[in-house]
Amino acid sequence: MEIVAKDNLAPKIVRFVIKAPAIAAKAQPGHFVVVRVSETSERIPLTIADYDREQGTITLIVQEVGKSSAVINSLEVGDSFQDILGPLGTPYPIEKVGTVVGVAGGLGAAPLYPKVKALYEAGNRVIVILGAQRKELLILQEELAAVSHKLLVTTDDGSFGHKGLVTDVLRQVVEEEKIDEVIAIGPVPMMEACANVTRERNIKTVVSLNAVMVDGTGMCGGCRVTVGGESKFCCVDGPAFDGLAVDFKELRQRQRYYHEQEKQAYQQYHQHGQEGCRCHAK
Amino acid sequence: MSRQMMPKQDPEVRRHNFEEVALGYTPEQALQEASRCLNCKKPLCVKGCPVEVPIPEFIMKIKANDFSGAAAKIKEKNSLPAICGRVCPQETQCESQCILGKKGEPVAIGALERFVADQQALEGLGEIPPVEKLPYKAAVIGSGPAGLTAAADLALQGLDVTVFESLHAPGGVLQYGIPQFRLPKDIVAREVEYIKKLGVKIETSVLVGQTVTIEELFEQGYDVIFIGTGAGLPYFLNIPGENLNGVYSANEFLTRVNLMKAYRFPEYDTPVRIGERVAVVGAGNVAMDAARTSVRLGAKEVYIVYRRSAEEMPARREEIENAEEEGVIFKLLTNPVRIIGNEAGEVVAMECVQMELGEPDASGRRRPVVKPGSEFQFPVDNVIVAIGQGPNPILLKNTGNLALNSRGYIDVDPETLATSIPGVYAGGDIVTGAATVIAAMGAGKKAAKHMVEYCKNKK
Ligand SMILES: Cc1cc2nc3c(=O)[nH]c(=O)nc-3n(C[C@H](O)[C@H](O)[C@H](O)COP(=O)(O)OP(=O)(O)OC[C@H]3O[C@@H](n4cnc5c(N)ncnc54)[C@H](O)[C@@H]3O)c2cc1C
Ligand SMILES: Cc1cc2nc3c(=O)[nH]c(=O)nc-3n(C[C@H](O)[C@H](O)[C@H](O)COP(=O)(O)OP(=O)(O)OC[C@H]3O[C@@H](n4cnc5c(N)ncnc54)[C@H](O)[C@@H]3O)c2cc1C
Ligand code: SF4
Ligand code: SF4
Ligand code: FES
Repeated sequence: MEIVAKDNLAPKIVRFVIKAPAIAAKAQPGHFVVVRVSETSERIPLTIADYDREQGTITLIVQEVGKSSAVINSLEVGDSFQDILGPLGTPYPIEKVGTVVGVAGGLGAAPLYPKVKALYEAGNRVIVILGAQRKELLILQEELAAVSHKLLVTTDDGSFGHKGLVTDVLRQVVEEEKIDEVIAIGPVPMMEACANVTRERNIKTVVSLNAVMVDGTGMCGGCRVTVGGESKFCCVDGPAFDGLAVDFKELRQRQRYYHEQEKQAYQQYHQHGQEGCRCHAK
Repeated sequence: MSRQMMPKQDPEVRRHNFEEVALGYTPEQALQEASRCLNCKKPLCVKGCPVEVPIPEFIMKIKANDFSGAAAKIKEKNSLPAICGRVCPQETQCESQCILGKKGEPVAIGALERFVADQQALEGLGEIPPVEKLPYKAAVIGSGPAGLTAAADLALQGLDVTVFESLHAPGGVLQYGIPQFRLPKDIVAREVEYIKKLGVKIETSVLVGQTVTIEELFEQGYDVIFIGTGAGLPYFLNIPGENLNGVYSANEFLTRVNLMKAYRFPEYDTPVRIGERVAVVGAGNVAMDAARTSVRLGAKEVYIVYRRSAEEMPARREEIENAEEEGVIFKLLTNPVRIIGNEAGEVVAMECVQMELGEPDASGRRRPVVKPGSEFQFPVDNVIVAIGQGPNPILLKNTGNLALNSRGYIDVDPETLATSIPGVYAGGDIVTGAATVIAAMGAGKKAAKHMVEYCKNKK
C-alpha cells in the first residue's frame, strides 16, 4: 500500500500511484477503493483512476475538500496508507454501442478516464466534454485527448476553451449528431443538469454517484440512493446508475448530513494538524 | 441460598460512559454461586448449551478453587468463554434447563463462565499445546465467531490457516456490532491474539468475491475453505421516508460508533449524529444495543418501537432490563408506517399504528394485526432500523455453483457443513441466518473437524 509516485495535477488535486498488486490484478473501469490513512481516520471511497497490472499499481486522484482528503494529499512517496480495500463496486459495462459522449466536471475527469479509455479501446466513437471552473483546475486533458476522437474543453470563466458550462456544450453535441450513450461524472448538480439535457431526447445516460459511504461492501446501507423509485446501495449496486432515474435531490440532501462535523474536523486539522485537537483527548 | 447478583455500574453513571456495564463476580461471589450447583448426575443444563460445555465439571473446579482447571474444562468445548459468558442468551439456553430453575433461580452459569475466563486472562494467554503439522493449507473467509473458531481448531489440528476479513479489524459482529459497554474490545483483541499465537495469519481488508475469488484461492494452493461471512446485509422497513437524513440501519449506526469510534469524534474522524429523540425499530439484541448506544451519545428520549408485545422481544433478558434501567422507553404493539421529514430532508417525526395480537402465525407467536384508526405521530430526530439482517450477496454472486437455499443463505450438508463445492464448507449466520455467537462457534468447530478429514482423504 506504498505510494510510489505523486504529482500535483492542479491546486489541491493530487495524483498518486500506489503499489497494490492484488487490487490492480482485479481492477476494472468503474471500480473504486475504500482507504484509511491512519488508525483514527475515517474510511473514504476513491475511484481507481487507472491501474497497471504488470507494475501492480493503481492510480488515485484526490481533491482536497475536507480533512481526510487533506491528510491524504499531504502523504509523500514512500508513505503508506493504513489500509486499502478493493476493488469495490460493479464494474462499468464496456460494450460497442456507437457514439458515446463522456462529460467530466472538475475532478469527475478522474473516474471518467478509465471508462472512456475502455470504451475507446472497444471501438466506440468517443467525444469527451471536459469542464472546470477555470483553466488551472482542468485535469487529465492530455490523457483524455489520447482516448477520444474529439475533446471539447470548457471553463466557467472562459479562461480556457469554450466559456460556459459543460451542459451548454452537451446540448450542442446532442443537437449535432446522434448520440447513443452519455456518461456524466462530476458534482451532483452537474450530473443532474446533464440528465436534464439528455432526458429531452431520451438518450441513455449513466452517472456515477458519490454517496457517503462507510464500509463500501453492502454492510451498512448508509450509501442508499433512490433510482427509479427503488432504494439501492451505491457501493454494491453502483456507483454507476441510470442518470435519468436518479433522485438527485435526495442525494444532495444526504451528502450534506454531516456538514457541521466535517467543517469542525477540517478547521481543527488546520489548527492542529493530522492528530486533530488533543485538548480533550483522554 | 439465592443467586449471586453481578455488580453493575449505576444506571445514572453508565448512561454517560462506554465502560462495561456488568462488572463480573468477585472470587467470593463466584465461590458462593458455584456452591449452589447440585453437580447433577444427569445435568440438564448441558443439554441447553449448543456446544455442550461440561457445566457441572467446570463449576466443581471453581468450588475447589481451581480456576485454571475450570477454564481448561470449558475450553474443551468452547474456545471463547469470556465472550459467551457475556453474550449468550443463557435464559433460553443452559440456564433455562438448570434443575434449580424449576423451583427457584437457576445457577448463574454465564456469570461463572465469564468469571473463569477473566481470571485466566489475568494469567496471560496460556500455554499453546504442541501441534503436529499437517501439509494442508486452509483459508477462512470472515473473522466473526464462526471463522475465528474454525481457524483456531484447524490450526490446533496442524493446518496452515489464513483468515481473510473484509473490514480493517477482525472479530465480525463482536468487533463492529456489539458495543464496548457490553463486550469490551480488548476481550475481542485478546481472543484474536490467542488465535494468532496458534499460528493463524489474519489478512484484513480483503473482500473475497472482489479482491480474490474462491476459485483463485484454490489456484493459490489452499486445500480447503471455510465461509463464515455472517448475515451482514441490513434490512429496511420499506416505508416512505426511510432515506431521510437521520435514518440509520443499526449496522451503520453501530459500525460508526464501535468500529470507527465515532463516540470519540473529533479525535477519531468518523462522525455520527444523534439528536434529542431517537426511535429504534425492533426489539432484538441489535435494537437494544442501538438504543443503549443512543443513550450514551446523549439522546434525551430513546424509544424501542416494536410491533409485538413484551413477551416476544427476542433480546437477552439482561439487556432488556439494562435498557429499562437506563431509561429506554418501550413502545410495544406499535408499528411504524411512515417517517416524516422537514425541508432539509431531515427526520422530524414518525407515524405509527397500534397493533393487537391475533392468531398464532407460522413461528407460533401471535400475529400482530393493525388496530383500525390507530395512527399517531410523535416527534423524533433519528430512526434506527434494527429489524434483522440478511446474507451479503457479494461473495455468493461471485462464486459460481455455490448452492443457496430459498432464503438466499448457503445450503450445507447438516452433518458436515460441506457446501455444494468440494472442499468448501460454511457455517454461522451465513448458513442459519442471524443467530447467536455460540451457534456460530459451534458451526466453526464442526466444520473444522470435517475439513481436516476432507484434506486427509483427498490425498
Ligand atoms: C464511489 C466514489 C468514488 C469517489 N472517487 C473520488 C475520487 O476519485 N477522488 C476524490 O477526490 N474524491 C472521490 N470521491 C469523494 C470522496 O470520497 C470525498 O471527497 C471524501 O470522502 C471527502 O472526505 P473529506 O474528509 O476530505 O471531506 P469532508 O469534509 O468529510 O466531506 C466533504 C464532502 O465529501 C463527501 N463525503 C464525506 N465523507 C464521505 C464518505 N465517507 N464517503 C463519500 N463521500 C463523503 C460529502 O459529500 C461531504 O459533504 C468519491 C466518492 C465516491 C462515493
Ligand atoms: C448488534 C448485534 C448484537 C448481537 N448480540 C448478540 C448477543 O448478545 N448474543 C448472541 O449470542 N448473539 C448476538 N448477536 C448475533 C451474533 O453476533 C451473530 O450471530 C454472530 O456474530 C454470527 O457469527 P458469524 O461468524 O457467522 O458472522 P459475523 O460475526 O457476522 O462475521 C462475519 C465476518 O465476515 C466478514 N465478511 C463478510 N463478507 C466477507 C467477504 N466476502 N470477504 C471477507 N470477509 C467477509 C464480515 O466483515 C464479518 O467480519 C448480535 C448481533 C448483532 C449485529
Ligand atoms: S457457552 Fe453459552 S450456553 Fe453454553 S454454557 Fe456457556 S453461557 Fe451457557
Ligand atoms: S442443572 Fe443446574 S444444578 Fe444441575 S449441574 Fe447443571 S447447573 Fe448445576
Ligand atoms: S457503504 Fe455501507 S453499504 Fe454501501
